[in-house]
Amino acid sequence: MTVAAPTPAGPAPQPAPDVVEETGERRHALIVSGLCFLAGAGAIVLFGLNSSFDQTSTLLLNPRGSTALPELELPTKVASFALGFGAVALGVRALRVRNPRITVFFGSALGLFALTLVIWAARDGTGALYGLVAGSLQRATPIALGALAGVLCERAGVVNIAIEGMMLAAAFGAAITASASGSLWVGLICGLGVGALFGAVHAVVSIRYEVDQIVGGTFINIFALGLTSYLTARVLVEYPDLNQPGTFRPLAVPLLSDIPFVGPLLFNQNVFGYLMFALVFFLAWALFNTRWGLRVRSVGEHPRAADTVGINVRAVRYRNVMLGGVAAGLGGAWFTLSSAGRFDENMTNGKGFIALAAMIFGRWHPVGAFVAALIFGFSEQLNDYLALLDTPIPSQFLLMAPYVVTIVVVAGLVGRPRVPAASGKPYSRGD
Amino acid sequence: MRVELRGITKRFPGVVANEDVSLTVKPGQVHALLGENGAGKSTLMNVLYGLYRQTEGEIVLDGEPVSFSSPADAIAAGIGMVHQHFMLVPVFTVAENVMLGVEPTSVPGVLDRDAARARVLELSAQHGLDVDPDALVEDLPVGVQQRVEILKALYRRADCLILDEPTAVLTPTEIDDMLDIVRRLADEGRSVIFISHKLREVRAIADTITILRRGRVVGTTTPGASDEQELASAMVGRDVQLVVDRSPAAPRDVVLEVSGLRVRDERDQLAVADVSLEVRAGEIVAVAGVQGNGQSELVQAIVGLRRPTAGRVLLDGEDVTGATPHRMVELGVAHVPEDRQREGLISSFPVADNLVLNLTRRAPFSRGIRMDRRAIREHAERLVHDFDIRTPSVDVAVGTLSGGNQQKVIVGREMSHTERLLVLSQPTRGLDVGSIQYIHRRIVDARDQGLAVLLNSSELDEVLALADRVIVMYRGGIIGEVRGEEATRDRVGMLMAGARAA
Amino acid sequence: MTDTEPAPELAADDPLVHAEAPRDGGIGAFVLDVLRSLLGPMLAIVTALVVGALIIVFTDPSTLELWGSFFSDPVGALDGSWHLVHRSYRALFDTSLGSKRAIARTLVQATPLILVGLSVALAFRAGLFNIGGAGQLIVGAMTAAWVGITFDLPTVVHLPLALVAGTLGGAAVGGLIGFLKARTGAHEVILSIMLNFVALRLLDYALTRDTFRRPGRTDPISPEMPSSVRLPVPIDDFRVHLGFPLALLVAWGVWWLLQRSTIGFRMRAVGANPHAARYAGMGVAATTVLSMAMAGGLAGLGGTSILLGSTPRLTGGFFASVGFDAIALALLGRATPSGVVGAGILFGALQAGATGMQVQTSTPIDIIFVIQALIILFVAAPAIIRTIWRVKETRLGAGQRFSAGWGAQ
Repeated sequence: MTVAAPTPAGPAPQPAPDVVEETGERRHALIVSGLCFLAGAGAIVLFGLNSSFDQTSTLLLNPRGSTALPELELPTKVASFALGFGAVALGVRALRVRNPRITVFFGSALGLFALTLVIWAARDGTGALYGLVAGSLQRATPIALGALAGVLCERAGVVNIAIEGMMLAAAFGAAITASASGSLWVGLICGLGVGALFGAVHAVVSIRYEVDQIVGGTFINIFALGLTSYLTARVLVEYPDLNQPGTFRPLAVPLLSDIPFVGPLLFNQNVFGYLMFALVFFLAWALFNTRWGLRVRSVGEHPRAADTVGINVRAVRYRNVMLGGVAAGLGGAWFTLSSAGRFDENMTNGKGFIALAAMIFGRWHPVGAFVAALIFGFSEQLNDYLALLDTPIPSQFLLMAPYVVTIVVVAGLVGRPRVPAASGKPYSRGD
Repeated sequence: MRVELRGITKRFPGVVANEDVSLTVKPGQVHALLGENGAGKSTLMNVLYGLYRQTEGEIVLDGEPVSFSSPADAIAAGIGMVHQHFMLVPVFTVAENVMLGVEPTSVPGVLDRDAARARVLELSAQHGLDVDPDALVEDLPVGVQQRVEILKALYRRADCLILDEPTAVLTPTEIDDMLDIVRRLADEGRSVIFISHKLREVRAIADTITILRRGRVVGTTTPGASDEQELASAMVGRDVQLVVDRSPAAPRDVVLEVSGLRVRDERDQLAVADVSLEVRAGEIVAVAGVQGNGQSELVQAIVGLRRPTAGRVLLDGEDVTGATPHRMVELGVAHVPEDRQREGLISSFPVADNLVLNLTRRAPFSRGIRMDRRAIREHAERLVHDFDIRTPSVDVAVGTLSGGNQQKVIVGREMSHTERLLVLSQPTRGLDVGSIQYIHRRIVDARDQGLAVLLNSSELDEVLALADRVIVMYRGGIIGEVRGEEATRDRVGMLMAGARAA
Repeated sequence: MTDTEPAPELAADDPLVHAEAPRDGGIGAFVLDVLRSLLGPMLAIVTALVVGALIIVFTDPSTLELWGSFFSDPVGALDGSWHLVHRSYRALFDTSLGSKRAIARTLVQATPLILVGLSVALAFRAGLFNIGGAGQLIVGAMTAAWVGITFDLPTVVHLPLALVAGTLGGAAVGGLIGFLKARTGAHEVILSIMLNFVALRLLDYALTRDTFRRPGRTDPISPEMPSSVRLPVPIDDFRVHLGFPLALLVAWGVWWLLQRSTIGFRMRAVGANPHAARYAGMGVAATTVLSMAMAGGLAGLGGTSILLGSTPRLTGGFFASVGFDAIALALLGRATPSGVVGAGILFGALQAGATGMQVQTSTPIDIIFVIQALIILFVAAPAIIRTIWRVKETRLGAGQRFSAGWGAQ
C-alpha cells in the first residue's frame, strides 16, 4: 500500500517498532536453521553412525581411461561426521544472520548431506565420483534446454507446458532425418525446425485463438505423443534404417580439456553441451542487458504498458514462443542424437515437465534454471551411482526424488517465486 | 503542436463511444475535456493516442492529417499520454520504465543504462519532478509514480500531452503541485489535453473546456464563462442537484466501536495505527482521506476480511474482533466492497445468484445443503423492483449489466440484509450522476431507518454530501474529526493533506 | 476502476454468459439449444476424424504408392485411400458399437473414463485444472487393492469397502494438492504432474513388496482381486459390470452437487471469482481443498472401477492412458456432468474400437491419441473450426478459459 507524499504537516503517527515484525523474522530464521539441523542430523545419524572407523571411501576422480588425478580416499565415519556437523554449523549461523536466505543456507546444508551420502555409499568400495558429476551434467542438458524454452516463453507471458511434446516430436524428427540423410547435422537442424514448428503452433493457438494456454499445451503433448508413437509403429518398425542416426561425438577443447577433473567435465562436450552452456549464459545476459530483453520482460509483466509505449505485444510473444520451441527442439534432439542414438516411443518420459519444474525452481532465470537442472540431473544420476554400490535404498524412491523436490520448491517452501505478472493471460487491446 | 480532432466517431459492438467529436487544441493551451464517467473521454484520447482506430473522422496535427495504427505512431508524432491507470511495469526501475520502447543503445541492441539515467535526472531537474531513476516503481508512492508517467512523455519529446484524470489519486496539495506542473508544461509551448470530471480543477487549469456527454460534444466554453453549476448541468444534461437533501441526523446508541486497532497490509506494513472510532445508529460516519492512508485496511478489519494485530472491534458491545466475514453477515453487518467487479460480484453468475451471494447459507435460500431456487428467484425479483435495477431478467449474467446497475445489485443485496451496520467503500466510483444520486438517496434512507452507516470514500464531494461526521485518515491514523456544519471543503481538505486543524 | 471504456468483459455470445442461467422458452427452443450446443463438439469430432483419416492414408505404404501414380490413375489413389479409411473406421465402429458385445465393451471402457472425466470437470468448475487424474486413480486403485487383498469379507461388505477405500485414496492425493495450493499458492498443474510421477513410482515400488506381489511370479503383478470385491455383472449376456450404472449415478450426483447444493455454489463461486467469493464470506482455502479432494476421490473411484471391473489386478500400466484421456473428454464435454458422460462413452468407443482396428487393419492404436488431441484443440478453439468450415460465429460460441498462469492471483 502506498502512502501519500510528504507534505508540510506535523509528524504523522509513527507506529512503534512492532513485536509482530520481529516474531515473523524470528520464525523464518528458526525454520531455516531447523532445516539445516535436520540435514546435519540426517547426515550424522544415517551415515556417521552407520559406518565404522575402519571404513574408507574411495572416490574416482577421472573419466574412464584417464589417470590425471589419484583416487581420493576418505575415512568414511570421520568425513560423515565432519560434513554433518558442517550442516549443523550452517544452522547455527542461520540463527545469527538477520534474514537467512533459505536457498543459500538450506541449499548448502542439503548439498553437504548429499555429499555425505555419496561418500558413505562408497564406504566399502569405489565410488565413481567423476562419473556421478559428469553424468549429472549430461542428464541435466535436456532439462536445462527445456527449462530455457520455458523461460523464453514465460518471460514474454505465455505459459508453455508443451515442452514435453515439443521435445518428443523434435527427437523423432531429428532421428529420422539424420538417418535418412546420413548427416547428424541435418538431423539437428530438423530437430530445431520441428521445435520451431510446434512453437509456432502453440503461439498461434494461444495468441491468435486465445485458447487457454494450458489446454493448448496439453493438446500439443497428447498430439506429439500420439503422432510419434503412431509413426514409430507404422514407419520405424517397417524401415528400421530410418532409426539409426547415431550420436554426436564429443569435441575436446585443446588445453582446457586437460585441466584435471574440470577439464574433461566441461570442455569435452558434444555440440549439445556447448550450445547449452552458451545459451544459458547468453540468455541470462540478454534478458537483462539488451533492448530485446527489456521489451520481452515488459510484455511478460505488463503487456498493456508495453503496448502503450508502442511495443508490439503479439509479435514479441510469437517470436519468443517460437524461439522457445527451437530451444525445446534442441533439447529434444539431444535424446536421439546425443543420448540414445535411436528413437523410442515416449522416450522423453516426463523430462519436459521436469524442465518446467526447473524453470520455476530457477525463478525464471536462465542461470537459476540451469542450476536447478543440475540438481535434477544429479538426483537421477545418483540412482545409478548408488545402485552400482549396492546401496540399500529402493531405486523407486530415488527416482521419485526430483518430483518431490519440485513439489517442495513449487510449494514455496524455498521461498515464493515471483512469476512474470502477466503470465498465462492473453492480451488484447479491446479495439 | 496544433492538434485537431475532426468528426471523430468510435463504435464498439453495441456501443457508440464517441460520435462526431471535434475539438482543437492550440500550442501553449490547456484544453480540458469534461464529462462524467462513461461519457467517452478516455476513448477519445485512446483514439488520439493510437490505441484505438477511429470508425470515422480524422486527426490533424499542425495542419497535416495523420493516421495512427499503434501508439508507436502517435509517440513518433509527438503525442504523449499520462494514463489514468499507470502504465508502469512494477518490477522495473524508473529509468527502465521511462526508456521502454525508446531505449538508448551503446552497442546495437545493448542497453545504455547510464545514458537513460542521465537523461531522466536531467528532465527531472528541469521540470521539478524530483524522481530517482534507480528506484523500483513498485516501491514508489502513487504521486511519484504519476510523475514517472509524465517523465515518460517528456523523454519522448512530447509536444502534445494528454493527461487522463491525473488528480484522482492525489491529495489536495499534490493536486496543486500537479496543476502547477501542467501550467508550466503548457507555457513551454506544448498543447495539453486535461481529462477530468472534477469541475473545480478543470476551472482552475483550463483555457478552454469541451464538455462531452454520452459520446457527443454538448458545449465548449471557458472557465470565465461558466460556473460549476452550469458545467455540471451540461455534463449531465439536466439540472443537477449537487447536494443530497437530508435532514439532520438523530444518532442513538453506539453500534460499532473500534478501539486501538492495528492492521497490517499485504506487504506486512502497518496500515492502520491505533485507530479508534464509533458509529451510532442513525448516523453516517465517513472515513475520508486520499486512498492509501489505511482506510481500506480499516474497513477490511471491521468486516472481518483482515485480522487486526491489535485492538478491538465491538458490535453492540459484543467483541467481534477477527470474526469471519460470514459471522459478520450473520450479525447483521453489510459491506459494499470497493471494487465491484473483483470483490462484489461474480460476472458470469446470473443476477439472481449475485443478489444472494453472501446469503446462500441462510434460510430461506437453502435448507441444509440444498438450495431453494424459487426463494432465490423471488428475492431477486423483489430487489430488482425495489432498487430499479435495469436488467432483461434475473437470469442473465450480471457482467452484462452497466456499471451503475451492477452497483445497484450490490447495494441492493447488502441493504436487503443489513440489520445493524452498513459499511460502504467507494460506493459510487465510476458511476454516472443518475446512479450516484440514487445510491446517495438510499444511503440516507438507510440512516433514517435507524441503521449505523460507515462510509469509506475518497471523493470529497461525496463525503461532504452525505456525512454527519467526517473522520479523516492520514498515514494510518486518524488525523482529525469534523462534525456537521464544520465539515467544509477547506477543513476536510487540509486534514486530508496532513495538516492538523489549527 | 472506472467504466470509461465500454468494451464489456463478456461477449454476448460467450457461453459463460448463459452457462449458469437456465433458459426459458418451450420445448422447441430447448431442442434447438441442445442441438446448437452439440454443433461445436460434433464438428470438432468430425474434423478430428477427418484429419486422422488423412494421417492414416498418407502413412500407409501401399496407399502412398497409389498416390505416387496419382496423375496416371487418380481414381485408384482416391479409391484406395477411401477404402483404407473406410476399413479402419469401420473396424473401429464394429469393435465399439457394432454388436451387443461391442457395446458392452464400450460401456466398460467408458466407466473409468466417465469417472475420471468427472474429476477433471468438477475441478474445472471450481477453477482448478486437475491434470493429476492419473496419480489419483493409481493411489485409489492401490488402496482398493490393499483392501481387496488383505481382507476376506462377504461381497456386500467387501465391495463397498473397497470402493470407499479407493475413493478415499484418490481424495487424499487430491486433498494434498488442494491443501498445497491453498496454503502456498503453488499451481495445481505442476503439483498434479509431479504427484502423477510420484504415484507411478509408488506403484512400481509397491509391486515389489510382498503385500502386492503375486505368489509364484517375479514380474510386477499383484494377486487377482478376489471375487468378493469384483463388480458384479447383473445381466448375463450383456457383459457390463455395475461400475457403469454407478458411474452414471455419480455423474448425476455431481450435477446435483454443482447446481443444487450450497457446497457446489461455493465451489463454482470460488472457481469463477475467488476474490468475490472471499468477500462473500466463503472460505476460499477450505473450498479449494474440498474441491480437489472431491476431484481426487472421483478419480480414485475411477481407478478402483478399473481394478474391480475389467482388469482385476495391479500392474505397472493397468490404467493405460485414462488420466490424460479424461482431460480431453472433460474439455469435450464442456466440463458438465452430462457432457462428460457423453464424451466418456464416445472415448470409450474409440478405445474399445482401437484395438479391433489395429488387429484388423494394422493401423496402430496411437492414432486414437492424435484424434483425441485434435478434439481437445477444436473444442477449445472453435474459431479454428469456423475457419475450416466457414461456420457463423454465434453458432459455436466462444472458447473456454480455465486457468491463468502459475502464481497465486
